[in-house]
Amino acid sequence: MENGISKNEKNLNSRLIKTIYTRYIITTVVLALIYVFLMFLVNQGIISEYYLRLMKQIGIFLIAALGLNLILGFTGQFTMGHAAFMSIGAYGSALMTKNFNMPFPIALIVGIILAAILAALIGYPILRLKGDYLAICTLGFGEIVKVIIQNVDYVGGARGISGIPGKTSFLIVFIGAALCYAILKNLIHSSKGRAIMSIREDEIAAEAMGINSTKYKMTAFIIGSSMAGLAGGLYAHFNSFIDPASFGFSKSIELITYVVLGGMGSLSGSVIGTSILIYLPEALRGLSDVFKTYRILIYAILLVVMMIFRPQGILGTREISVSNIIKFFKKFQKTSITNTDQNEKAGE
Amino acid sequence: MNTLLQQIVNGICLGSVYALIAIGYTMVYGIIKLINFAHCDIYMVGAFMGYFAATVLGLGFIPCLIFSMVSCAILGMLIERIAYKPLRNSANVTLLITTMGMELILQNFVKADFIAGPNTRDFPQVIPLVSYKLGSITISNLQIIALAITVILCIVLQYIVNKTQTGRAMRATSYDRDAAALMGININKVISLTFALGSALAATAGVLVGMLYPRLEPAMGVMPGLKSFVAAVLGGIGIIPGAMFGGIAMGLIETLSKVYISSGLSDAIAFSILIIILIVKPTGLFGKKNNVKV
Repeated sequence: MENGISKNEKNLNSRLIKTIYTRYIITTVVLALIYVFLMFLVNQGIISEYYLRLMKQIGIFLIAALGLNLILGFTGQFTMGHAAFMSIGAYGSALMTKNFNMPFPIALIVGIILAAILAALIGYPILRLKGDYLAICTLGFGEIVKVIIQNVDYVGGARGISGIPGKTSFLIVFIGAALCYAILKNLIHSSKGRAIMSIREDEIAAEAMGINSTKYKMTAFIIGSSMAGLAGGLYAHFNSFIDPASFGFSKSIELITYVVLGGMGSLSGSVIGTSILIYLPEALRGLSDVFKTYRILIYAILLVVMMIFRPQGILGTREISVSNIIKFFKKFQKTSITNTDQNEKAGE
Repeated sequence: MNTLLQQIVNGICLGSVYALIAIGYTMVYGIIKLINFAHCDIYMVGAFMGYFAATVLGLGFIPCLIFSMVSCAILGMLIERIAYKPLRNSANVTLLITTMGMELILQNFVKADFIAGPNTRDFPQVIPLVSYKLGSITISNLQIIALAITVILCIVLQYIVNKTQTGRAMRATSYDRDAAALMGININKVISLTFALGSALAATAGVLVGMLYPRLEPAMGVMPGLKSFVAAVLGGIGIIPGAMFGGIAMGLIETLSKVYISSGLSDAIAFSILIIILIVKPTGLFGKKNNVKV
């Protein structure tokens, strides 16, 4: 009897693994096709160099925003020092390529590891704090990192580092963003992800259910921060100039707005939020002189109006995915056929 | 020893400015549990209002101060009505983002060409500078005025909060908003008043800073804002005497660490103190511990 069950389980498992792997392969192929298509457009001159640069920028900040979304949106821990981890990643990897002549991927990994180590060191004491206190503490931490970098002459002090080799290609950004997205998606749909989200909903209740909240908060914090480290490394080799001031308090706020605009707890929301908020100022720049001079003002007003009228962000906690789109169309078809169906759905 | 005394005097002066800003943070937090990031820019607007009154209207120091206080009180109330009131019952993060948005709006509005432009401006000398020598310490009349105004305003504020009917309504609202509403307190009015008081104090700080360190620019509010925020946390956020104490402490810490440790690292020291305090005693020096119930 026992053997039968385990056999069935084995079959089920192998079938599951098979479907999961086919899904991975399909996703990879689709992503590769998207990349090839984009590159084709670039080669044909339909997407100009300027827009390619913009896309790179969106991708880089998307990686950081995804990491922040894990901490802020899924774990519910309000951190305001995310840019500090970006600066650690940026400085770490920039020093690696510039002073030690390391290859770019290794430099990126060094940046990620440095950010992760720092997150582990700082996260352990401060993640015990809750709500606003955690926000204040991370804010202070971000400022400390900035001031310390400003005062270390080896890394250029307040002048920053210039002349970093511009090695960030669109391919690397694309792969990095897709990988981070996939990691987070898998994490969230695992049992660990559910534990993480239960901490967001109610930490005390989660602990009562036997979830080690410190452990999961730390996990989320370290993963999120190492993504910020990756984004920082990419940014350093994209901009070829970094200084401590560009990773200050305002950058952290910018990252938070990307996440909140798209919807906290929605990965596709982060993609949308980041794209809109990076593209919007650039688009406003092109419109006319009034927009050109006052674009940050207009952007801030839009942000406040958005928060007043749709505080949960564009997507809320929903996701845009292939299966959800199919579901939506099926529902749409049904409701268009009969109205009674709709009532039943509402009842459900 | 002489430098130490001199620095303590300077530190208390700087600290009184921080205290004035910190009170605004702490009052707003006490009443609606919101960290109002736009507060530091109200301080900046206050400084510019003082500048406007002194240069364009040609007013003296006291009218200047009152003009700036009144206009900033109105501005603070307007911001609360337009941006924060619709969001009062939504998630904390949303409100925080809105305050950050307001911060950006205020900063960039002042930065716009038709208001003040991005360049720094010099605050006019509304009161001629006189320095007094007390033994080995030099103290200027401006410092004395700043300190005196801070003390007077703190006493007035304490009187309003502790002795008047409005103050009682404010304390009731901060204790339990819904229960206060049921007791017939007009919550909206109380919250507006809190913002008005906090903003008026920030405006005072702005004018005093304009007088003491005469340089105005649209981004001048960010660092003092952060530091006075730390001051509010240091004393226990939500507690007004705590904010006064925290402000003075921050001023002393900043000036002393600038002289004795390192001028570059003084900000880092201030924020490290913040983190240490939060880890050791998260409710601040004056705060009481309250347990979270399920």
